[in-house]
Amino acid sequence: MKHEITVTINGESVTAEVDSRLLLVHFIRENLDLTGTHIGCDTSNCGACTILLDGKSVKSCTYLAVRADGAEITTIEGVAAEGTNHPLQQAFHDQHGLHCGFCTPGMIMRSLDLLKNNPDPSEEEIRWGISGNLCRCTGYNNIVKSVQQAAKEMQNQSETV
Amino acid sequence: MIPANFTYHKATSVKDAIALSQTHGEEAKYMSGGHSLLPMMKLRFATPEHIIDISKIEGLSYIKEEGDLLKIGALTTQTEMEHSALIRENYPIFSDAIKLTADPSVRNVGTIGGNIAHGDAANDQPALMLAMRATVIAEGTDGQKSIPIDEFFHGFYMTALEPSDVLVEIQVPKTKKGSGGAYHKVERKVGDYATAGVAVHVELDDSGVCREIGIGLTNVSAVPMRLDRGEELLRGKKITDDLIEQVGTMAGEDCEPSSDLRGSEAYKRSIVNTITKRMLNKALERAQQ
Ligand SMILES: Cc1cc2nc3c(=O)[nH]c(=O)nc-3n(C[C@H](O)[C@H](O)[C@H](O)COP(=O)(O)OP(=O)(O)OC[C@H]3O[C@@H](n4cnc5c(N)ncnc54)[C@H](O)[C@@H]3O)c2cc1C
Ligand code: FES
Ligand code: FES
Repeated sequence: MKHEITVTINGESVTAEVDSRLLLVHFIRENLDLTGTHIGCDTSNCGACTILLDGKSVKSCTYLAVRADGAEITTIEGVAAEGTNHPLQQAFHDQHGLHCGFCTPGMIMRSLDLLKNNPDPSEEEIRWGISGNLCRCTGYNNIVKSVQQAAKEMQNQSETV
Repeated sequence: MIPANFTYHKATSVKDAIALSQTHGEEAKYMSGGHSLLPMMKLRFATPEHIIDISKIEGLSYIKEEGDLLKIGALTTQTEMEHSALIRENYPIFSDAIKLTADPSVRNVGTIGGNIAHGDAANDQPALMLAMRATVIAEGTDGQKSIPIDEFFHGFYMTALEPSDVLVEIQVPKTKKGSGGAYHKVERKVGDYATAGVAVHVELDDSGVCREIGIGLTNVSAVPMRLDRGEELLRGKKITDDLIEQVGTMAGEDCEPSSDLRGSEAYKRSIVNTITKRMLNKALERAQQ
């Protein structure tokens, strides 16, 4: 059965017809062509598919597209204006927070939610905070450093605003 | 992995959900967070023909104290529990459990009601509910009913809920002076289901005698399990190190684990013994604060 849904995706309103069983990650990648959101495990374990749904990190492989009707979705493509880097993106670059990069969009989307709720997390809080996101390459140390750098930068930015 | 075809319905109220469920009968399933149900549907372990989405129903997401009770709306997410100051300060047993449940993104969606309604002894909340002697409030075709937690879990994925019953609220006794609880589970890696877990809630009177005690076990039986023998031993007594030792031994003996990828039966009995003792001590410490 088809359902009409309207979602705001990276600031733009989109209306589409979706099957009941269409997964949100497939809607994002295949219908909207936003392939920055990855599929790793497809079993809600790895976090590669993490997006923000109404500001909260959600594993989009474990969410029905039809349930996102009316929601505001942010994917990695929407975290900063074209040609610029979000402090988290910049930090992952500066700190070598990625090797192959497969986990990175999910790590960044998850970290956005973490830093919104806890702008100045300890190392331990960062490690717990990204515990649902797996990285097969980095050993996590540089990811933690990236989130620490971004946290500082984002706090500086909010102080100067 | 894509679930088998089904028809999706969005319920706008509890009454609407019940009506939809009655129309579609046994082939319909409620979905709240969907973080237990959808993975099962993707693996085709579950193939409901109708999904009734109850997550958009307003007014079922709250945490409040009223009279002698803490009341938690069924749609409250585990993240909302984690961020609640009331929970953090007065009900640390929930904070113990939620930190070890899945991961933050799963907790953003998974609800407390779903965690209990799923009827899975591997989930963490059932043991807490047993320890705190919770009451489940459900609404069905005949209106609201209260189900004591000891009558709630019937079998593997089976509960006292009728197919069209919506779990609307969880009630547990309000924290008072002399009461305290604690939970811990051993997991293979962070976010995994428990290899074994133990929840303890204790109430002491002014002289330090144990007035009431609840001990619930996670993932060491087909149905979430209460450690009756241990509770009986402690009730009405001053809890000593020697008694704690005895209850740990009983827990290891009475639980019913099976060997699987998470560990052998003997290993699980041994960790249940150890965690039971640790959680008794931790709950006592909190009760005496
Ligand atoms: C990767 C991963 C790891 C996890 N690890 C853990 C863990 O360590 N510990 C743990 O406890 N849980 C764990 N979970 C489960 C998670 O906490 C679930 O979200 C939760 O148990 C179920 O809540 P839900 O709202 O998602 O329920 P759903 O998936 O929506 O529903 C589960 C079942 O309950 C029924 N139901 C739901 N709500 C109601 C209601 N209000 N009234 C009547 N029936 C209802 C549904 O029909 C369904 O049968 C994990 C999940 C994932 C994906
Ligand atoms: S692809 Fe969604 S969690 Fe791995
Ligand atoms: S950088 Fe390769 S998986 Fe994380």
